Amino acid sequence: MSFLDISGVSKSFGGNTVVRGFDLGVRRGEFISFLGPSGCGKTTMLRMVAGFEQPSAGTITIDGEDVTHRPPNARRIGMVFQAYALFPNMSVGDNVAFGLKVAGRPAAERGRRVDEMLGLIKLAHLKDRYPYQLSGGQQQRVALARALAPSPRVLLLDEPLSALDAKIRVSLRTEIRALQRELGITTIFVTHDQEEALSISDRIVVMSEGRIEQCGTPHEIYNRPRTRFVAGFVGTLSLVEAVAEGSGATVSVAGQPVTLAEPVPGSGRRPVTLAFRPEALKLDAGENRVNAIRGTVEAAEFLGSVVRLRVAAPGGTLLADVFNSPAAPPPAPGEPVTLHFAPGDVFALDGEGAAPVQPMAAE
Amino acid sequence: MSGARLGPWIVVGLAALYFVLPLVATFEFSLSMLRGTWSFEAYRVVFADPAFRQTFGFSVLAALATIVLGALLVVPTAYWVRLRFPRLRAVIEFVTLLPLVIPAIVLVFGYLRLYNSSSWLPFTGSAWGTNLLLVFGYVVLSLPYMYRAVDTGMGAIDIRTLTEAAESLGARRRTILFQVILPNVRAAVLSGAFLSFAIVIGDFVIAGLLNRPAFGPYLALIGQNRAYEPAALAVVAFAATWGCMALLQLLGGRAPGAAAAPLRTRRKAIP
Repeated sequence: MSFLDISGVSKSFGGNTVVRGFDLGVRRGEFISFLGPSGCGKTTMLRMVAGFEQPSAGTITIDGEDVTHRPPNARRIGMVFQAYALFPNMSVGDNVAFGLKVAGRPAAERGRRVDEMLGLIKLAHLKDRYPYQLSGGQQQRVALARALAPSPRVLLLDEPLSALDAKIRVSLRTEIRALQRELGITTIFVTHDQEEALSISDRIVVMSEGRIEQCGTPHEIYNRPRTRFVAGFVGTLSLVEAVAEGSGATVSVAGQPVTLAEPVPGSGRRPVTLAFRPEALKLDAGENRVNAIRGTVEAAEFLGSVVRLRVAAPGGTLLADVFNSPAAPPPAPGEPVTLHFAPGDVFALDGEGAAPVQPMAAE
Repeated sequence: MSGARLGPWIVVGLAALYFVLPLVATFEFSLSMLRGTWSFEAYRVVFADPAFRQTFGFSVLAALATIVLGALLVVPTAYWVRLRFPRLRAVIEFVTLLPLVIPAIVLVFGYLRLYNSSSWLPFTGSAWGTNLLLVFGYVVLSLPYMYRAVDTGMGAIDIRTLTEAAESLGARRRTILFQVILPNVRAAVLSGAFLSFAIVIGDFVIAGLLNRPAFGPYLALIGQNRAYEPAALAVVAFAATWGCMALLQLLGGRAPGAAAAPLRTRRKAIP
């Protein structure tokens, strides 16, 4: 049995169901991200683990103890909020000590633990400051220390980085992950930022409309998306319409044959959608890049280390990231190019109709 | 100075005159008890009167009781309404505004009918019972000001997230209310307290009809029989009220961290 077990949990507000049949087992010490767009139910699911919302159905178990109907203050969880939520009337030290004080720990122990926690987040020198005297990043680190001080069983992070600016966001997420590894604390992290989720998690739960779309390691989610939604939501993807015939692994894109790694399921002549990551398409045919699609460059966007090409091909528009090379300037708009790729770099999506091509610039 | 900047100054000046002139006139009149010379004779007479000290002390005490009781009633109410019953806010606000619409005299007659010495709850049967009733009346009278101040103060901090943060750390509701919420709305409670204080010191109707030895009825009595002393009393009452408020501000003083809670501005809608 998992350390944190969420089993068949659903939640409705009035007639509106925001979480449906959610099943997840989290191992002790695992870092799990709930990833999805606004309104997918990820925050509601987190709040049910915290105890701020009651599930309409299902159970939540922590370390073998059924906590489904326990109030938040009896669950021994730690939570960090997007809005920091430090107590404005208390100093940094008092904020971190709050959970220990409420638990009735002796003053000497509280003092030791506060110093230890502030040392972990490297803010020991700010112990006597008040929240309004700290920057956003510092406040969120204090909030993290406050949540960790009473040694919670599970750490819940509700979009903790969303209110911070880009640079601090990246450094703090690295810090959170390092701290989580060091303490070995089971953690759930809610975010709508795929890059955040991919970089920080042991496993990602991709959610849409209250359901789990896919649950897996970042490598699995990115490279083997199981549904069209996951493929479109995580990473940049361009889609091309192709036709499959027979039971082989070869399909045809406007007459050009393309070999896939696996046969397309089904039989007879049938439409199929091919999906490409921009980094899978190359301008040169090397190693096992046996496939080629010809097209015309529509635009070339210089991003520094890579150049992102938008190529109009017969079955749809393709985005291709090619490495910048000082010796070779990128192709100009209007130039014909051939894009090469290996069978393993393309995957077929079931279902009809191509989703709109992703925007040029990465989000 | 340009004309554009002169206009506002004229308005401010006129408003200040409107406020200050009667005070100055009253003060000037209170100094002219002895003919042909300015003196503090009227003040000497007022302070020498034991009834003054007694009634003023009574009113200050009643004011303090009103503030404590009012805060104990209003802070948890405003907290619960904001946290759990946000839809009831309009109703509660309407109820708290009623004392502005219903004259105090109606309130007192209602009290006298309900709680007279032959009723089921004879508050007016004893002096302390009547004092209690008086304070209850004052709490009702100051409700609109107290509730508004506290409710606005709670609007300025994100009480929901603060409550959830404290809950996730294991705190019970009472701990949250007294250690997290109350300290952060202290400034708001204080401003409500100032207004309550001023209302109680200036009240005539409730104290008069309940026949309590408060400052208002005393002031009215002196006003009927004397010329200069009421002016002196008015100035003293004014100064004492402001003095007490300053004292409250000093004693209640803000906690070092009570300033600027930027929570609300940073909060975004929960997806």
